[in-house]
Amino acid sequence: MGLIESILFATVAAGTPLLLVALGELICEKSGMLNLGAEGMMSIGAVAAFVAAFTFESTWFGLASAIVAGALLSLIYAVITVHLMANHVATGLAVAIFGVGLAAFLGKPFEAKVLPSIKPTELPWLSDIPVIGPALFGQPWMVYVTWVLFGLVVWFLAHTRGGLILKSVGESPEAATAVGIDVIRVRYLAILFGGAMAGLGGAFLSLFHTPMWAEGMVAGKGWIALALVVFATWRAWRVFFGAYLFGGVMIAQLFVQSSPIPINIPAQLLSALPYLATIVVLVLISRNAKMIRLNSPASLGKPFRKESS
Amino acid sequence: MKNRRTLFQASVACLTLAAAGALPLAQAQEQDPLKVGFVYVSPIGDAGWTYQHDLGRKQMEEALGDKVTTTYVESVSEGADAERVIREMAASGNDLVFATSFGYMNYVDRVAKQFPNVKFMHATGYKDGPNFHNYNARFYEARYLTGVIAGEMSDSNVLGYVAAFPIPEVLQGINAFTLGAQSVNPDIEVRVIWVNSWYDPGKEREAALALIAQGADVVTHHTDSTAIVQAAEEKGVYAVAYHSDMSKYGEKAHLTAATHHWGDYYTAAAQKALNEDGMVESVWGGVQDGFVDLAPINPAVPQPVQDKVADIKQQIKEGQFHPFTGPIVAQDGTVVLEEGQAMSDADLGQMNYYVKGVSSKMPN
Repeated sequence: MGLIESILFATVAAGTPLLLVALGELICEKSGMLNLGAEGMMSIGAVAAFVAAFTFESTWFGLASAIVAGALLSLIYAVITVHLMANHVATGLAVAIFGVGLAAFLGKPFEAKVLPSIKPTELPWLSDIPVIGPALFGQPWMVYVTWVLFGLVVWFLAHTRGGLILKSVGESPEAATAVGIDVIRVRYLAILFGGAMAGLGGAFLSLFHTPMWAEGMVAGKGWIALALVVFATWRAWRVFFGAYLFGGVMIAQLFVQSSPIPINIPAQLLSALPYLATIVVLVLISRNAKMIRLNSPASLGKPFRKESS
Repeated sequence: MKNRRTLFQASVACLTLAAAGALPLAQAQEQDPLKVGFVYVSPIGDAGWTYQHDLGRKQMEEALGDKVTTTYVESVSEGADAERVIREMAASGNDLVFATSFGYMNYVDRVAKQFPNVKFMHATGYKDGPNFHNYNARFYEARYLTGVIAGEMSDSNVLGYVAAFPIPEVLQGINAFTLGAQSVNPDIEVRVIWVNSWYDPGKEREAALALIAQGADVVTHHTDSTAIVQAAEEKGVYAVAYHSDMSKYGEKAHLTAATHHWGDYYTAAAQKALNEDGMVESVWGGVQDGFVDLAPINPAVPQPVQDKVADIKQQIKEGQFHPFTGPIVAQDGTVVLEEGQAMSDADLGQMNYYVKGVSSKMPN
């Protein structure tokens, strides 16, 4: 593999967990629920995946338990915000901190164990394309699964009744209730989906990326994924490209550092770029009221009390 | 209202302080076992910085039996939380407290003044006081030896180095590694990536892969996880580990490891406290003192190379050879040490440059 292939390959590997988590968060936020607990749900997913995969020697078991663990943690958030109508931000932050701590606790006996690394699956024909072939189609199979999930999310949001229901709940839960939609149920499902996807994102790290569990291994990727959803202004395609853009920035700074060609960009600045980009996007969209109304769910982060029940 | 509260807090603090000051004394009189506390910056795990310190703690327990009891707190971040943990250690009757990370220095300094009867030992710092000594290891001695091995084993003449923060201790390691490699292979270049974290397996791995993609066929690290050895094993290149023997994470890749060992020193420190004989001196120990060593060398390394490394190690041990012996030329061509001179500890402690042979740019 040449240098450019290596950079692209590493970019895809770095962006894929962001994409998984951000897609889940996108669906969750589309229902009006702002779950900031991604870092915690990723951590729980990573540890659950590793423990199950290590104990039962099965990657599938690992992925399944990551989905369950991520969803279970998001259920805590769901009960507190949907039923008890607590503040979304505070609850989400609590879930993030709790998840990171719980993952460290549960993973203690499994620290410093390693799993055999999963070899990349080269897609026939496609991986022979020069330059982009090996980088895009010579990846571990979880990357392709992620792309399929992305396709499903796009299709769901744009072309299904379920997608419409989800968006209507996010825009105006009152109106949705008036037309007979069970807002509570939709929001629960959206939150659980978000949790499951964050769990999968964690599993990607602990099973595919670095096949080990280590406390703190998620290292802020959950927060980047949250920023990514805002950066993408709640649009699936922009989430996709944003994930690989952020992944690329994370990788580029490493390659820039070690190259003997003098490029004078401090590594810290490059590490901060995803957040800076998000702030810029926030500023831009807040200047344009129409854009906010078009893309971001109107009821995002607002507690909803069902009248007359 | 606010005033009353402050007053209340202040009086509680005074009481705590008074009680804490009295405790260790009372215990010493009763001839109870010596209570020794350890503050660790990361989880103990199965390899790495904290793991090595915990081995030292266990060795001390074994050597002194029921004359000591030890406690530890792991994963204490280098922030205000550290001060609380260290103070609690002192207040709960520990006679001797080991704080094993650089970033604890100022907190230890502060707490040591409040607990004059407790002995504080701080690893890798430079401050001290009447009841506050520090200890460190000459990691660079082992780094030089690993550099010799890496220089001999590289075919591409590119070595990769994943590093945490550009502080003197880390730069000593990079430079010693480079000098060692250049001593056997003047064409070698060392590339460095800073990950700005002591412990981030994902980023360490990505950095190692970036170095390998740029042609490095031996990679090493000054970070805490095993990710670099794993990445090297996957990519079929060699790795030199740090802290602990990490051969089980990559049997083929693992050439050796630059390791550090604290058990003898911890035992001596506790013994001295038991004898009520003051404190052990502050120390910067090397191969000679058993503070640093090499893990068993991979059989893939030819015997002549292994012999050569053993020979240099012996010379370092006997004080005949210093890894930083002039002429030492910095990356920009300035001579930082004249021919034949050995670098002083003061100069080592202020190292802020790459030597010639490192091809990456220093972060500013």
